Amino acid sequence: MKKQNMFFRMITASLLRRRSRMVVALLAIMVGATILSGLVTIYYDVPRQMGEQFRNYGANMIFVPSGSAEGIKSTDVDSALTYIDKDNIVGVAPYRYETVMVNERPVIAAGTDLDGANATSPYWYVTGQWPQENGQLLIGKDIAELYGVGEGDTMSVTYVPASDTETSDENTKEKGTTVEFTVSGTLDTGGSEENYIFMSISDIEKLTGEKKSYDMVELSISAGHDELESYVDKISGDVPSVSARLVKRVTQSETTVLSKLQALVLLVTVVVLLLTMICVATTMTAVVTERRKEIGLRKALGASNKSIIREFMGEGMMLGGVGGFLGSFLGFLFAQLVSMNVFNSSITFQPLLIPVTLVASVGVTALACLLPVRSATEVDPALVLKGE
Amino acid sequence: MSLLELKNVSKIYGSLKALDDVSLNVDTGEWVAIMGPSGSGKSTMMNIIGCMDKSSLGEVLLDDVDISKVSSKKLTEIRRDKIGLIFQQFHLVNYLTAVENVMLAQYYHSMPDEKEALEALERVGLADRAKHLPSQLSGGEQQRVCIARALINHPEIILADEPTGNLDEANENIVIELFRQLHNEGTTLIVVTHDPEVAEVAQRTIVLDHGKLVKEIINENFEAQNSSAAKPAENKKEK
Repeated sequence: MKKQNMFFRMITASLLRRRSRMVVALLAIMVGATILSGLVTIYYDVPRQMGEQFRNYGANMIFVPSGSAEGIKSTDVDSALTYIDKDNIVGVAPYRYETVMVNERPVIAAGTDLDGANATSPYWYVTGQWPQENGQLLIGKDIAELYGVGEGDTMSVTYVPASDTETSDENTKEKGTTVEFTVSGTLDTGGSEENYIFMSISDIEKLTGEKKSYDMVELSISAGHDELESYVDKISGDVPSVSARLVKRVTQSETTVLSKLQALVLLVTVVVLLLTMICVATTMTAVVTERRKEIGLRKALGASNKSIIREFMGEGMMLGGVGGFLGSFLGFLFAQLVSMNVFNSSITFQPLLIPVTLVASVGVTALACLLPVRSATEVDPALVLKGE
Repeated sequence: MSLLELKNVSKIYGSLKALDDVSLNVDTGEWVAIMGPSGSGKSTMMNIIGCMDKSSLGEVLLDDVDISKVSSKKLTEIRRDKIGLIFQQFHLVNYLTAVENVMLAQYYHSMPDEKEALEALERVGLADRAKHLPSQLSGGEQQRVCIARALINHPEIILADEPTGNLDEANENIVIELFRQLHNEGTTLIVVTHDPEVAEVAQRTIVLDHGKLVKEIINENFEAQNSSAAKPAENKKEK
């Protein structure tokens, strides 16, 4: 039999036949590894999870015309979007604003991609429904109250071109184009949108009788602050008519919350590792004390200090390995549970976390074993075997 | 030929002399019993001969090497290579089986060999108990495992500290018979004991008192006892 076979035979015998003591140490390591693995999973998944949550708070990037450009052409929007990873784009809503008349009062009409607006601003609360087809309007809450209209009512919207308005007088006020719309729903945002009416791009083109470039584009992008900034720099530099900007109110608070949350998770992870180390060290100290006679006997049989260290470290590291392996799976379940309860979404299993947790558990256990194992080498076989 | 030689050996703890100027020669293949009341220095002498402690004064020559002058590391090597230890409390590792306990001594000495360890257990009559844990063995069986462990590496000296102290008469006789076999094979035996019956079967008995060697008894009938494996005889001559 090879020496290492006997080494493993002794270690496994010690772990399996002295279960009660070793189970305590194993549990300590396993709980530590579980929390470590779980928290590291959450640590790396938090940006994604929080990013998704933050996308509920509206656009985090806008395109506005750059310099002297009067607007942004749809082709420029398309070329700007090529700089952004498609998987990261949550929603794109181009806006064209026009002043229109409703019951002879000026109202701002926004023509947009309504699906894009819905995706970009998921916090908008709509009573009724979003327009499903052309000829339908989504009106702000204040407009609805002002005109006393709601879902299913019709609304006449008149567009008077600027040239007509300048020359208009009492005799020409009937000029312009009037289109009848059906109100599909009212919009409650708590913001200035409640004074607008929203329609599709094709409807505003039909109403105004002309195709025009967009006044601005709102984008919701799932990415960290640094990534967003790199998109902004590239687009602003490479697409001449587009000036991309971050909505700092959203991106900065996202960054702040994320960094604080990650710092908290990191702190908890370090504390858990320390607690695990203390628990394992305490258990191993108790193990060494309990086994002073055995250590004395081994030394009496000719074991060198190196052999004693190797055997106790071997036991500790095997415990660390088993605890770490079990903990890496339990940690995933723990992270999944946290993610489902806090973020309401699942986490993908990271296979790399198994070796990372294993190495961390074995390392922490080895560190925790250092002092107790060192004290094991100080056992005097003559004194111990005499029962002192 | 002298295997072990103690020359004016003293062991001093503070103001206490546990061993006081003791000189002793043990020849290769000799069977020596060490007797004496509690506190007489038997265990101290056993620890010094067993390379688990060093003398304060004097020389201890084991195979012509002065073990009172070597480093702890060297002392461990000598203990591993030349000495087999048998204890009153057996001192078996409680989570290893009988055969694994025997293999433990092989592991530290050279290379574990399960077949050889099983043969050693067979020799002490425990072949069928090889896979049992110490808690599943009687005291006598545990002591026999301890003997198998002591002899597995073919040591030059077997040191036994009160080997029958915790055994009944039947097991005591088994252990003495095993010692007799080992002696006949040429193994040097040094047995520390309180029990006169165990001492009487030895070739020579030395008596310690207050750390001094006060008496040496030669067993005149040793050869006759040994050849017939008879009970210890009465006829001993004091020196």
